Amino acid sequence: MTNLLNAVLVLLLVMNLAALGTSRILAVTHIVAAQGVLLGLIPLLVHEHLSITVALTVIAAVFIKAVVIPAIIIRALRDAQIKREVQPLIGLLPSIILGAIATAFALLFAGQLPLAEDHEGTLIVPTAISTVFVGFIFLVTRYKAISQVIGYLILENGIFIFGMLLIEAMPLVVELGVLLDLFVGIFVACIIINHINQAFSSMDTRKLVSLKE
Amino acid sequence: MSLSLILIAIGLAAASGLPGLGLSRSSVWGQRLSAGFMALAAILGLSGAAAGLFTQHNPIINFPWQAAGHSFVGLDALSAFFLFPIFLMGGLGAIYSLGYWSQRQYPHNGRKLRLFWGLLTAGMALLVISRHAMAFLFGWEVMALAAFFLVVTEDEKPECCQAGWIYLIATHIGTLTLFGMFALWRWVTGSYTLTPVAHDAISLPVMNIMFLMALVGFGLKAGLMPLHFWLPGAHANAPSHVSAMLSGVVLKMGIYGLVRFLWLLSDPPAVWGGLILLLGAVSGLLGVVFAIGQHDLKRLLAYHSVENIGIILMGLGLAMLGRSLDRPEWVVLGLAGCLLHVWNHSLFKSLLFLCAGSVVHSTHTRRIDQLGGLAKTMPWTAAMFLVGAIAICGLPPLNGFISELFVYLGLMGAMTSNGLAGSAVVIVAPVLAMIGALAVACFVKVYGVVFLGSPRTASAMHSSEAPASMRWPMGVLAVCCAVIGIVPIVLTPILDSAIAVWMLDSDIMSPSVCMAAPLEAVSVLAIVLIALFAVLSLVLRLRHYPLRSTVTWDCGYAAPTSRIQYTASSLAQMIVTLFNWVLRPGMHRPHIEGVFPHAAQMHSHVDDAVLDKLLLPFGSRIEKWFGWFRRFQHGMIQQYVLYILIAVILMLSTLIPFEEFITRLFAR
Repeated sequence: MTNLLNAVLVLLLVMNLAALGTSRILAVTHIVAAQGVLLGLIPLLVHEHLSITVALTVIAAVFIKAVVIPAIIIRALRDAQIKREVQPLIGLLPSIILGAIATAFALLFAGQLPLAEDHEGTLIVPTAISTVFVGFIFLVTRYKAISQVIGYLILENGIFIFGMLLIEAMPLVVELGVLLDLFVGIFVACIIINHINQAFSSMDTRKLVSLKE
Repeated sequence: MSLSLILIAIGLAAASGLPGLGLSRSSVWGQRLSAGFMALAAILGLSGAAAGLFTQHNPIINFPWQAAGHSFVGLDALSAFFLFPIFLMGGLGAIYSLGYWSQRQYPHNGRKLRLFWGLLTAGMALLVISRHAMAFLFGWEVMALAAFFLVVTEDEKPECCQAGWIYLIATHIGTLTLFGMFALWRWVTGSYTLTPVAHDAISLPVMNIMFLMALVGFGLKAGLMPLHFWLPGAHANAPSHVSAMLSGVVLKMGIYGLVRFLWLLSDPPAVWGGLILLLGAVSGLLGVVFAIGQHDLKRLLAYHSVENIGIILMGLGLAMLGRSLDRPEWVVLGLAGCLLHVWNHSLFKSLLFLCAGSVVHSTHTRRIDQLGGLAKTMPWTAAMFLVGAIAICGLPPLNGFISELFVYLGLMGAMTSNGLAGSAVVIVAPVLAMIGALAVACFVKVYGVVFLGSPRTASAMHSSEAPASMRWPMGVLAVCCAVIGIVPIVLTPILDSAIAVWMLDSDIMSPSVCMAAPLEAVSVLAIVLIALFAVLSLVLRLRHYPLRSTVTWDCGYAAPTSRIQYTASSLAQMIVTLFNWVLRPGMHRPHIEGVFPHAAQMHSHVDDAVLDKLLLPFGSRIEKWFGWFRRFQHGMIQQYVLYILIAVILMLSTLIPFEEFITRLFAR
């Protein structure tokens, strides 16, 4: 079981780096959607017996992360007519390297944490931290507003993985609340992107500097 | 009974502005209702306070709430004493504003003014009757915020807003200090209830820290000299009855706080009394000196508030010294001077501000040099201003003389003793005399330039007397001044019961105020003075001099103009030059050359020593330093996220035992 779980987690890490190294936004969206499906698998692997809570969480998470949100993003992409990220702050290769360093740091750091015995052998904690870092890197290095939405989504995926550790202890309401937050956040962001596009005739967030007081 | 009367009065006052909010802007009923509410509140509050002065048991009301402790509000003679000016001025000011700030004349801010006027009165009354730190701070903040909104009544004028912001900053610094002080109080006594503690309950260093915090917090409100910087601007730019309330009553809340706080601690070190005495002397002297340099009628009166606060503090300092050194007669005289001057100042300073208000109302200017000759067009206002001026200068037969007499007698008594107290008093007593003389000089200048002579501008020429709703409150205040000045003996029981509260040790029989000071002789002197004045004026009138009318200052010219009169600057010039070292007046002299020089003008101004010379330059320096941080605030979302990332990584890094890691690395 643990081996299978670790395999999924490693796949998630690889997807992180792939997302960092892809220039087409549509492709990144697909990667993130696939990540959402994989995330849905994790609770099934962590917990042997399937409770109603876990099942509900899994269904809701997969539905929102792999179907609804990518659909919203793709729709926003079509409305704003953008295909690729033009000139990120740093190149694609350096951002992959940064992502790799972040993953290494996460592995190093997770080794120091006093974890519960159930979670000792798994890669859950390092994957979670590394995914959060990758989300951050996405947020910091991309200029297009839509890329930032994707960065936010990856960051949230990291938090979701971390939440897997506690899924038994955490009430369903919290988990659903987080998902609802994510959904509303991205929904609003995509609407705003459209407005930014109309107001500034560009989606470059650098233009927003002119709003500074 | 007395306490519930006061609570009803507080409720009425707080609600007085509400009906006006529901009515339309043009309706005059809002202001009438508000004035009616306030007058009713004043009558209830004053009768409650009068009853509270003489009750033996001090009523206390609890609230069924855990946090409020077992006493929330209460009434004793000291609270009742301070309630008098609050309710008197609250009622009179509301009536005065009917004519001065009528809804018809100021439709867009009249309702706001009335709402916050009621809240200010209610907040101060609550603060005075509080027996719990929470009630105290609540009343304090209601008062501070209501006063802020009153100062910025005319918020379309930039100078009003600036004065308002400076006041708000100052008052919140004070509130912050008070929060600290009450937290410390809770820490050492274990409760927020404000009841006196045994003298060995608190260690001396903690007491000293609490005292300094109280001095800063209450001193900022009272306008103690280095902390007075908010005061002139706020008083000058507020509507005049608000200035009267601020100067006459709100400042006294700082004094009340200090008196109440010192009541809580029974065994103060002698240094505290000496410090208060010294600060009082500094405030008094510098306040009057700065007042002399002003050209703005209301600013000048505002600096006189600093002076009078100084006199009040000198009385308090003397009482403190008496308490530390076990000299009950000093306590009685000092505290009687302090408390009575609180009343007196709230009467005559309010009177003066209301007179200034009717001058401003009629001429639309506060600049002394644009007025003149108002005694002919506004005789009632001129007479009332004269009463206020005589009272504030501490001259018999009016009330200022009585309270200053108490302080003088106390200082004279203390001067004969040896040690620290004696030497402190030897410095301070002459200062009090000097303050009196300078105040006379200042009011000669004001009265001479504003009310005597001939009008300098058209607006002064066409001024007219204020309406009856403005004249009556002035009259009431003037009568109060005269009654206290002529028959001070009526105040003996009031002062005695207030002082008895403060004495704490009931086993020491404190001498009565009428034993400590020759009040009958003062009455006789006052009556003789008045009789002499009456006889003199009667004789002069009976002699029938031929009446000849001419301008006041013609300086030997055949066709004099009003411009050759003495101006405010020229009257004050000698004293301003004498105090050049502290006033540092800014002079803008014209360059005159040739036999027939061109038209030229000069003007001088005295800036505030603390605000304009110290705080503003310091503030702009700090602003420049902090401007460097603005480069981190550039509007790039990416970099803001980067800051978060860096912060997260740094915090996580602290969890990694790097040293162990490195040693393990090298060990291998």
